[in-house]
Amino acid sequence: MAVRLAWGLALAFAISSPFWMSGYHLYQFSQVLIYAIALLGLNLLTGYNGQLSLGHGAFFAIGGYGAAILIVKFGLPFWLAIPIASAVCFVAGFLFGFPALRFGGLYLALATFALAVAAPQLLAFKGIDFLTGGSQGLQVPKPGALLGLPMTTDQSVFWLCLIAAVALFVIAGNLVRGRFGRALVAIRDHPIAAESMGVNAALYKTICFGVSALYAGVAGGLDAVAVGFVSPESFGLALSLAFLVGIVVGGLASIGGVLFGALFIEFVPNYADQLTVYFGENAKALPGAVYGLLMILMMAAAPMGIAGLLRSLARASGLRSQ
Amino acid sequence: MSAILAARGLKAFYGQIEALHGVDFEVEEGGVTALLGANGAGKTTTLRAISAMIRREGNLEFRGKRMTARAPEDVARLGVAHVPDGRGTFTDLTVEENLRLGAYVRRDRAAVKADFQRIFGYFPRLAERIHQQAGTLSGGEQQMLAISRALLLKPSLLLLDEPSFGLAPLVVAEIFRILRAINESEGVSILIVEQNANLALDLATRAYLLETGRVVVGGAASAIRADDSVRRAYLGY
Amino acid sequence: MVELFHQLASGLALGGVYAITALALVMIFQATQLVNFAQGEMAMFSTYIAWWLMQNGWDYWQAFGVTVVFSFVGGVVIERVVVRPFAQAPVLASVIVFIGLSFIFNALAGFFFGYSVQSFDTPFDGRPWFGNKFMSAHESGSVVVSLVVLALVFAFFRFTPLGLAMRAAAQNPASARLVGVRVGWMLALGWGLAAAIGAVAGMMAAPIVYLDPNMMGGILLYAFAGAVLGGIDNPWGAVFGGFTVGIAENLLGAYVVGEEVKLSVALIIIIGVLVAKPSGLFGRRIVARV
Repeated sequence: MAVRLAWGLALAFAISSPFWMSGYHLYQFSQVLIYAIALLGLNLLTGYNGQLSLGHGAFFAIGGYGAAILIVKFGLPFWLAIPIASAVCFVAGFLFGFPALRFGGLYLALATFALAVAAPQLLAFKGIDFLTGGSQGLQVPKPGALLGLPMTTDQSVFWLCLIAAVALFVIAGNLVRGRFGRALVAIRDHPIAAESMGVNAALYKTICFGVSALYAGVAGGLDAVAVGFVSPESFGLALSLAFLVGIVVGGLASIGGVLFGALFIEFVPNYADQLTVYFGENAKALPGAVYGLLMILMMAAAPMGIAGLLRSLARASGLRSQ
Repeated sequence: MSAILAARGLKAFYGQIEALHGVDFEVEEGGVTALLGANGAGKTTTLRAISAMIRREGNLEFRGKRMTARAPEDVARLGVAHVPDGRGTFTDLTVEENLRLGAYVRRDRAAVKADFQRIFGYFPRLAERIHQQAGTLSGGEQQMLAISRALLLKPSLLLLDEPSFGLAPLVVAEIFRILRAINESEGVSILIVEQNANLALDLATRAYLLETGRVVVGGAASAIRADDSVRRAYLGY
Repeated sequence: MVELFHQLASGLALGGVYAITALALVMIFQATQLVNFAQGEMAMFSTYIAWWLMQNGWDYWQAFGVTVVFSFVGGVVIERVVVRPFAQAPVLASVIVFIGLSFIFNALAGFFFGYSVQSFDTPFDGRPWFGNKFMSAHESGSVVVSLVVLALVFAFFRFTPLGLAMRAAAQNPASARLVGVRVGWMLALGWGLAAAIGAVAGMMAAPIVYLDPNMMGGILLYAFAGAVLGGIDNPWGAVFGGFTVGIAENLLGAYVVGEEVKLSVALIIIIGVLVAKPSGLFGRRIVARV
């Protein structure tokens, strides 16, 4: 009940915000939605299925660059470009999932870490710069008014993100509650038992990787459109690790938690930036310090993140959480 | 008899589960005490409790003083050497390195050197394989290595967990002959856990019978051996 | 031809840095089955300490020594305070903690020392007998230092009782405790040693890659690649892998893929090895602890 109420309030807030929020704040909340979609994807993989990815920024980048290239070089409209780029991400994730099957937890972390570190260099690679614009990146035209309704660019971007986010949240929620989700969790917690009960772990894990990458791809595509620009430097290790921070803070294996995670990774660096006024340039270090401390403290005290904290709070106050 | 180790109401736990429900026994100073019983009776658990490898409650007295050591490494430093089940071989290290680890807490280098020679007297085969990787030794050799490693601690009490396990009868006979020699000539007190009761009662001076975490009978080894009802009911021969 | 030898030689110099970093990673892996993702940032922070000491007028080798000792103590403290509480936690939690640690060190360095790129002194300049046609003085000096570190580490583990106890604790902790080894402290010592080795790696790398809070990112990745290539449970393999990756990076960067995408060499090595031979060239087995 409480959870339904919270979802309802969040949705009401989101739907009303284009009507009163300033363009800049609306842009920020579009970013929150974009991050939430990416975190949802990562949480399906890492939280629910236990496959640790330190390189989801790379899939985000494929979605972003894919959409940007389709729009700029092939003249596709964004509503075609983003789904196509996301499908490419699904395939990329699915394919990456195959060798990942053999890696085991730690090795997967190493491989995806390598992917995250190498991604900016690969995106800037000279051999493909006729498509990607090399280290210069690509300018992406922002979408105009949707359906011919009177709205600003920021508003259309926000509506776009909101529609995509709601759809993807509903889909993820259903996936997780159903057979697929139970299989993912069983594979994470009891891999051998899951196999012996007839769960095709390899298939589930690779599909999960694909779906997870698809989510990251949608987010990346939306990001390209929202920002109006893609460049190699924005898809580095820092982005991948920020995603990890997001799901840890929000709550591993939680759908609603990713909203908190997304708010966190959007606004903490923002506010820390404002502190440079008081502490000088070196205050740039603050988000990193907060990220690091929180990750360790969360793991020690609240391994289920903010979502987990709220759940136990609700239980303590007698509210049913489901 | 004076006891080197006495347990009063000793309990032991695996996580939250109580596996030993308050056992009383004494290990004779200079003697060999055997803990007998079927699989799952709590024999190995008792040894682990003594070595503080698992959480324990109750009173454990070593040489008349309450044993407060809370970690296996502290128990070892008291002079209690434990040959664990599975022999605890450092398989990637050489035989020599395994033995040097046995003497890790000792600072009397000259005496350690002499002890090496004494042990090679008991187990000449270890001397032959001194530079071999310990994991390549046969089961019997690894058991010899485990006993030697324990002896190099220069213990006053030796805890042995199923030294006969998985070994050929001839090898078992040799190991038990040497254990007797160690006990008699060096005065090392021994607490031995065995499923092979016959074998253990031959060596032991005292024995206790465990069943599902409790002591059911205890006394002189000869008396237990002679008691037909105990033998039939618990020892199965 | 001279150019080829030059590339080989400078590959060797950074290869030494990768090799000792990989060795530090393997040390921790052998004891805990975990890879310390904060190894790079810890090394970077140590390097800043040395830089700061020299800024304050210290002589190079004095600063070097103090930094190594400081890093050792720091490593021990981190193990006891931050890492220890997660000893029983799943891999995922441990990796997250390591990433958290790397965030913290990166932030500390940025906060105290700033984000601008600094040059870092080398003690080997102006000593022509270290320099030659193919290698700069610092490159040859750095190779020598790496080799000395390797020799010291192997001698420590091979010949000292403490080194033996650490190996025993890593291999069979239960049994090690039964012979009186304080296994908990051995782990802390391992972290101390790894941090000290990392400090040396950082100080050898800094004159080449320059000092800034993100200097170790690429180096850590190459060290990962080296460790995976050689077999992450095999110290010799990791050293071999580190040097190999250093040379491969330089040659492939110069002649095949181009300087701009050098990091992808590490990516390809890691994924290639994990797909084709997950235990690496000299590793015994792959440990899947999911």
